[in-house]
Amino acid sequence: MLNYDLVVVGGGPAGMAAALKAHEEGIEKILILERADTLGGILEQCIHTGFGLHYFGEELSGPEYAGRFIKQVYETDIDVKVDTMVLDISQDNIVTACNNFDGLLQIKATAIVLAMGCRERPRGALSIAGSRASGIMTAGTAQKYVNIDGYMPGKTVVILGSGDIGLIMARRMTLEGAKVKAVCELMPYSGGLTRNIVQCLEDFDIPLRLSCTVVKTHGKDRLEGVTVANVDEHLKPIPGTEEYIPCDTLMLSVGLIPENELSKNAGLELDRVTNGPCVDEYRETEHKGIFACGNVLQVHDLVDYVTEESQIAGEGAAKFIKGEKKTGDYIKTQGTNGVRYIVPQRINKETDKDAKLYFRVGQVFHNVKLVVKCGDEIIISRNKKKMTPGEMEYVPIKLDTIKGLPENSTLTVTI
Amino acid sequence: MTKREMICVSCPIGCAITVELDDNNEVVSVTGNTCPRGDKYARQECTHPERMLTSTVKVEGGNLPVVPVKSASPVPKEMLFDCMKEINKVSLKAPVNFGDVVIENILGTGVDIIATNEVY
Amino acid sequence: MKYDVAVIGGGVSGALIARELSAYDISVVLLERANDVAMGTTKANSAIVHGGFDAVPGTLKAKLNVEGTRLMPVICKDMNVPFRNNGSLVLAFSEEEMQTVKKLYDRGIQNGVSGLEIIDGAKVKELEPHTSDEVVGALYCKSSGIVCPYELTIAATEVAVTNGAEFIRNCEVTAIKDTGDCYTLTTTVGEIEAGYVINAAGTHADEVARMAGDDSFEIINRKGEYYLLDKSYGYLADRTIFQCPNPMGKGVLVTPTVDGNLLVGPTALDVDGKDDTDTTPEGLEAVIAKALKSVPEINLRGAITSFAGVRAHPDNDDFIIGWSEKSDRFINVAGIESPGLSAAPAIAVYVKELLAQKLALNEKQSFTMTRPAPVRFRHMTASEREALIKKNPAYGRIICRCETITEGEIIDAIHAPAGARDVDGVKRRTRAGMGRCQGGFCGSKVVEILARELGVEMNEITKFGGGSKIIYERTK
Repeated sequence: MLNYDLVVVGGGPAGMAAALKAHEEGIEKILILERADTLGGILEQCIHTGFGLHYFGEELSGPEYAGRFIKQVYETDIDVKVDTMVLDISQDNIVTACNNFDGLLQIKATAIVLAMGCRERPRGALSIAGSRASGIMTAGTAQKYVNIDGYMPGKTVVILGSGDIGLIMARRMTLEGAKVKAVCELMPYSGGLTRNIVQCLEDFDIPLRLSCTVVKTHGKDRLEGVTVANVDEHLKPIPGTEEYIPCDTLMLSVGLIPENELSKNAGLELDRVTNGPCVDEYRETEHKGIFACGNVLQVHDLVDYVTEESQIAGEGAAKFIKGEKKTGDYIKTQGTNGVRYIVPQRINKETDKDAKLYFRVGQVFHNVKLVVKCGDEIIISRNKKKMTPGEMEYVPIKLDTIKGLPENSTLTVTI
Repeated sequence: MTKREMICVSCPIGCAITVELDDNNEVVSVTGNTCPRGDKYARQECTHPERMLTSTVKVEGGNLPVVPVKSASPVPKEMLFDCMKEINKVSLKAPVNFGDVVIENILGTGVDIIATNEVY
Repeated sequence: MKYDVAVIGGGVSGALIARELSAYDISVVLLERANDVAMGTTKANSAIVHGGFDAVPGTLKAKLNVEGTRLMPVICKDMNVPFRNNGSLVLAFSEEEMQTVKKLYDRGIQNGVSGLEIIDGAKVKELEPHTSDEVVGALYCKSSGIVCPYELTIAATEVAVTNGAEFIRNCEVTAIKDTGDCYTLTTTVGEIEAGYVINAAGTHADEVARMAGDDSFEIINRKGEYYLLDKSYGYLADRTIFQCPNPMGKGVLVTPTVDGNLLVGPTALDVDGKDDTDTTPEGLEAVIAKALKSVPEINLRGAITSFAGVRAHPDNDDFIIGWSEKSDRFINVAGIESPGLSAAPAIAVYVKELLAQKLALNEKQSFTMTRPAPVRFRHMTASEREALIKKNPAYGRIICRCETITEGEIIDAIHAPAGARDVDGVKRRTRAGMGRCQGGFCGSKVVEILARELGVEMNEITKFGGGSKIIYERTK
C-alpha cells in the first residue's frame, strides 16, 4: 500500500492545476494518476487557439495551455503516473489503480481530488434510426483521429449538434480538405460560442441549420448519407421537411457528460442537473476529503475557468490535509426560473473567502435582471444584456455577505 | 453603397452590426454595436479580416506522426487555404519542440508558423 | 481445396454444427460471407433460451426447442459462455389473456416443458416488482434462460477450429455445381469442393438452396427492432418478461441480458431486404410504447444503443431441417427463427445424426468440446488481477474504461482461433466499446491495437469488414 497526502485522479488541466495549487500550499506527497500516456487531458487534441485568454492573457492552443502546466508539474516533486487507470475509490479513501509497469496499485490518500473530465454523448443516446454503418462518430473521436493520429476520419461531413467541439471540427475538417455540408442543431439556438459560429462556420460558408436534426442514417458499410428534418417546438421532426444529404461521415457534438462512475462507486451523490458531485465552496464533496473540479464537476465552456476552479479545489484539499478546513453550518444554493443549477451547491458559513456562484441558463435571455436572493431579500441584482446556455456565468459573493446570512438559509439565483 | 451584416465576436453579447460601405469598399458607417470594440471589429472585418490558423505538420521518426502548429499571429482570412497548401508541404524530423518555427514568414505575410507541442 | 463437409453460414446454427462435426474424422469447412461469425440474425435477437411452451406440439420447432434448452446450460458451461437460467413470465392484462396463458401452459405440458406454473398478479409483483399494476396473472416458466448468442457462436467456432475445422471469412457462395460425387462451390474467395453441403445461410438459405436446384421453400425476412439500455436499468427485470400474443401482435419482451443490461423489443415487420437491419423511427417508437405496458419505469434516457435483426421466417412456419428434396448430399438448415437460438444446440446434434446416415462419422483420436475461459479482468478479484498483470503486463493496461477491458484481452481476442479482424469483432469478443460511451474513447485505441497485431495500417481496419472503413488516408 502506497501512502500519499493527496491523490489526484486525472492529469488534464483540472488535475494539474489542483495538484500544483496544493503543492504551492505546502502539501508534500502528491500523486497524479492519468489514464492517457501523457498529461494534458483532452487539451492535447484541441489544437485550435483561444485557450488562456483569461488566465494567461494570451491566445494559446490546447497543447500550449496544457504544456505550461505540464512543465510546472515536472519541475516540482509531484509524482505522476501516466497510462494508469483508477479502478476504484473506496469509502475509506483507498484508491485502486492499475497499469502495465506497476501492476495493481493500492494507494491510501488523506485527500483525493477527482478530475476525470467528461465524455461525449454517443449516438445510442439519441436513438437515430437507420443503419449501423461506419462513419458515425463523436466530434471528439474525429478530432483525435485527425489531430493526433493524423488520419482523415471522413471526406464529406454532416455535423449534428452545434456545441463548440462540433463547430471547431467543422473548420478543422474544411481546412484539411473535407466538405462539411451542414451543421444541424436541434434547438432554435446554437450551443456554441458566437465567435466559433462566425469563425468556424460563416467563414467557410457552412450552413448552420437550427431546429433541425438527423432522423435517419443510410449506407450498408460506410455511411452514404443522412436524412435531416426540421423539428417543431416540442423538438419532434416535422413530417414533410425531410431532406437527404449525401455524406460519408456524421459527427456528433450533442453534449458532454461528466465521467462520474468512480464518484458513484465512492458513494457520492450527484447533482441531477450537472451530473457532477455536489460540492461546497472549496469543491469538497459530501464525502470528507474528496474534492472534485473541472468537467467532472460541471461542463465548462472555457479551460481558464477549469483552472480557476481546480486551484480552489487544490487549496481546499491542502487545507483539509493540514486540518485547517473549517466545518460549520452550510448555506444552500439553488437556481430557479431559467437558472439551471449552481456550483457550489453549498457554502460553509465559516468560510474564509469570497465565493463565486457558477451557473448556466436554460435558454437565451436578452436584457434581463439577474438576482441573488436570500428568502425575499435581494442581495445582488445585475442587468444582463444577453445570456445563453452555451456560456457559463457566475456571480461573485463577498465574504461579508456570506457571514451576514442567517443560519440554514438558501441563496437563490434567479432571473 | 452596400450594406454588410455581421455578428460581433468581441464578447458574448454578440451584437448584430450593420456596416455601410461605399463603392470603394470604404466604411461609411457602423451601427448596431454597443461598444467601441464592436466598431473596431466591424471595420477590421470589412477592410482586412484576419484569422489565427491552426493545423498539423508531418513529423518523421517521432512518437506521433504529426505535430500541431499555429500561426504566431493572425493571417489574412483570404489566405487561409493558400497557407494550408504550404503547411501540407512541410515534413519535419523529430524531435520538435514548443515554439519551433516550422515555416518562416509564410507566403510573405510576415507571420511564422510555429509548433505548439513537442514530438520526441 | 476439397472438404468432406462444407457448412455455409457462420451463425449460431452453422457454428454449432461445425463444432459438433469437428469431433469426427472428417474434414470440415465453415464458410462465412462476412468478416466474422455471428454477423446476421445471431447478433441481433432477443438472446432468450425459451422454455418451449410457444411452439405447436409435434413440430420440429417444439421438439428441438425443448431439447436445445436442455442442452444449452451444458454446452455453455463447457465453452465458458455466459448463460443464466433466469426464468420467464408471460404477462396477462385481462381475463381473456389469462385464457391464452392457460393455453400456453397446456401446450408447454404437451411439449414436455418443465417448471411451468400459472401465477396470479400478486405473485407476479412479488417476483418482478417493476411490472405494471395492470397485470392480472402470468405463466411462469422456471426452465427458460438468457445467453449471449454471439459469444456462443464465437466459442463454437473456436472449438471447431481448434479441432481442425477450417473457417473461411469473407467467403460468399455465389454458385453451386453438383459434379455427381461432390459439390463445387463458387465463392468470393475462389472455388471450394465439398462432398456434403450444409446450408445454414440464415435469411439467405432459400437463395443458397436454389443455387443447388432446390426451390422447395422460401424465407420471409422478418425485421425486429430493439433498444438496449444501460446496466443502471438492469434492475427493472430479473426474469424475461413476455406479453401475451394477441390479435394486435405478439407484443414485446423486456429482459435482462447476461451482461446485466436491459433489452426491450422486438417489433415484427416483414421486409424485402434479407439484410435490412436499418432501425426505423416508427419501429423504435413502437418498441418503447409496448415495453412500457409491461414495465412502466423504462426510460429512454437509459438507451445506449438500438439495433434491428432480420429473422428467417420459413413459409411453412416450421424449421426446415433435413435432406434436400433434390440431393442426398445437401442438408438444409433453414427458417431458423425463434426459438432458433434455444434450439441451436439440438439442431447441431440433429444435423450430425442426419449426416451419419450417409457419412461414416468416427470420433477423432483427440478433440475437445470445451473452450478455456477467456480472461475477464472485470470479473477478477484484486489478487487475481495482481497475479495476471505480473504474468502479462498487457492485462494492466485498461483500454475500454466503461467496461474495464484490458489490452491483453483485446490481443487475446485477435489471436484466438477464428479471432477478431475488425472493431466490432473485438467488441463482441471482449465488450470493449460496448458500454455507455459506445467506443468514444477506446474506439481509436482498438483500431491502433488491431493494426499493430495484424501488421496493417490503421486505415485498413474496418468496423465490420467490407467497405466499413473507419478512417481514410493520412492527413499529411
